[in-house]
Amino acid sequence: MSKKRILTTSMGDQTLRLLTLLMAVSVLVLMAWMGWQMFDAARPSIQKFGLSFITNRVWDPVKEQFGALPFIYGTLVTSLLALLLAAPIGLGVAIFLNEMAESKFRAVVGFLVEMLAAIPSVVYGLWGIFVLAPWLRETVEPGLAKWLGFIPLFQGTPVGFGMLAGGLILAVMILPTIAAISREVMAAVPNMQREAALALGATKWEMIRVAVLPYAKSGIMGGIMLGLGRALGETMAVTMVIGNRPDILPSLFAPAYSMAAVIANEFTEATYDLYLSALVEIGLILFGITLVLNFFARLLVWSVARGPKGGNVV
Amino acid sequence: MFRKKGRLLAHVLTAVLMLSFVGCGEKNPGTPTGQGQAETANLTGSGSSFVYPLLNQQIEEYRKGNSNITINYQSSGSGAGIKQVSEQTIDFGATDGPMTDEQLKATKGGQLLHIPLTLGAVAVTYNVPNAPKELKIAPTVLADIFLGKITNWNDQQIANDNPGVSLPDSKITVAHRSDGSGTTYIFSDYLSSISPEWLSKVGKGTSLNWPAGLGGKGNAGVAGVIQQTSGSIGYLELAYAVQNNLPYAMMKNKEGKWVPPSLQTTSAAAAAATIPDDMRVSIVNAPGADAYPIAGFSWALIYKDQTDKAKGTALVNFINWSIHDGQALSEGLHYAKLPASLVSREEEMLKSITFQGEPLIK
Repeated sequence: MSKKRILTTSMGDQTLRLLTLLMAVSVLVLMAWMGWQMFDAARPSIQKFGLSFITNRVWDPVKEQFGALPFIYGTLVTSLLALLLAAPIGLGVAIFLNEMAESKFRAVVGFLVEMLAAIPSVVYGLWGIFVLAPWLRETVEPGLAKWLGFIPLFQGTPVGFGMLAGGLILAVMILPTIAAISREVMAAVPNMQREAALALGATKWEMIRVAVLPYAKSGIMGGIMLGLGRALGETMAVTMVIGNRPDILPSLFAPAYSMAAVIANEFTEATYDLYLSALVEIGLILFGITLVLNFFARLLVWSVARGPKGGNVV
Repeated sequence: MFRKKGRLLAHVLTAVLMLSFVGCGEKNPGTPTGQGQAETANLTGSGSSFVYPLLNQQIEEYRKGNSNITINYQSSGSGAGIKQVSEQTIDFGATDGPMTDEQLKATKGGQLLHIPLTLGAVAVTYNVPNAPKELKIAPTVLADIFLGKITNWNDQQIANDNPGVSLPDSKITVAHRSDGSGTTYIFSDYLSSISPEWLSKVGKGTSLNWPAGLGGKGNAGVAGVIQQTSGSIGYLELAYAVQNNLPYAMMKNKEGKWVPPSLQTTSAAAAAATIPDDMRVSIVNAPGADAYPIAGFSWALIYKDQTDKAKGTALVNFINWSIHDGQALSEGLHYAKLPASLVSREEEMLKSITFQGEPLIK
């Protein structure tokens, strides 16, 4: 108590405390203010459509009919697809680089993986149009339709541009985030853990499974969630390959649309207030979804972090 | 060391503050600059991205002879241009689709004039194996393709207009703009004018509820989809199609003649169309044997009553130059020239712009 007093009475420290507090609070204020501004701008649309805005499938600016469901669907499907593809690969990259690779190789591959994060999304988009989409149309989609065509996900005409392309491109984009963070947290696992496992006669895989992964799991979860956050909000690369069609179709080959993409595409030419307001409401929903997902991610990380540090040796 | 950092922070903060003040200054073009400085003027405009390359070059050229005038045009999109000029946060707007009566009533600065700056045409382009460079596509066929009713290139209705051409048994993939654009406005305006079904089902606008097809972002996005997808058809700004050497279709105009899109046929459409006094007119499906049917204007949006003499004079002078001498820059950039008959009418319009009841140019 008395020690704390002495520390805080110093003039400089108090100023610092105040200054940093102000900065910390400014983030909260900014968030709240942004939320309020968006809500305010979206009000005409909220009043006109109410909840039907979320359940309506029609988006027709000419007839002033606005429903956000196809955009929510497209965003969630492509992001989840990206996560399903990128999480295991990202984790694999991290395990390999951290536990298996020689240090020279590790430096080179690690650098290259992180380079992926530095490529501008429009470049990914161009690559998507000129390389990924034709490849999907000519090779991947016909193949999937042939072997897995009994599942509705892989039915329909191969077009190239669609949810599969969107999900794939997002997977490439979030891979470095997941890999880099997983690698960091795995590197932070004390070597004693590894040595202990090895001393008990564990193989490399057993050592990773028993000693490294359980120790790092909350951090890995955090990395995956950060990746998901990026996938939800990614605009340019997605809009260039997703086909931009507000439809809800079960097939991954079908064109779709994402929330961020429709805002970017239609915002500049939204010629009347209700239209603009509907676009802002989509932004508000995206904001909300990101917030809720982040909240659950925190919860997950927190509950995982509270669990026992070691794994169960079976 | 801490002190040093503190000072650095202070410097940064000061710089940020100063910048924000500068920002405020620029955001307020409505503030009168005073009567004494009639020679210099700082104009801000915003809107149509279609007209941007031309306008930008015109501004540069104009500054060579009038270094006292600074014009800053942002290609923020027609919607944003209309919004900003209505709220008087800029000196002039530019749009590819005319403002509605409702929008005109809601302006803060009184009557807004539509002054045509240039003409654009929309080319229908395609990627069909073995198809000739100028495929003929009749208006109703075009509408049915975009409505998703004609779905294969070997359809008899396409073949009827193209004797001797054998088109493949290949599915049609429709490509359209996904971003709101004046190009989409002109294209849907045309389809609405020739197809009652299109008019009732889809209508015209900068963004549509498309019955069929894939969306690409921007001209580049649509061109990318078309080039990468065999059997596709889409529409592009003429300039873009020409520069990228894409094949484009001949269209049948109102007189029943097959016309390729070009700068001449676009100007011909504007010359033949009947244009009302307020210039808010659609020139799709215009009469005239040489007229290309999918064309439209880009307009400058200017208040009839200017609130600042120096700025108003500079603006009217610049627009007057733009529709006269400035048109010489059009063809190099693949824009169609305004027809002479229209330019003289626009000049009369510019003469009607006033400051406190006094015309700004004679």
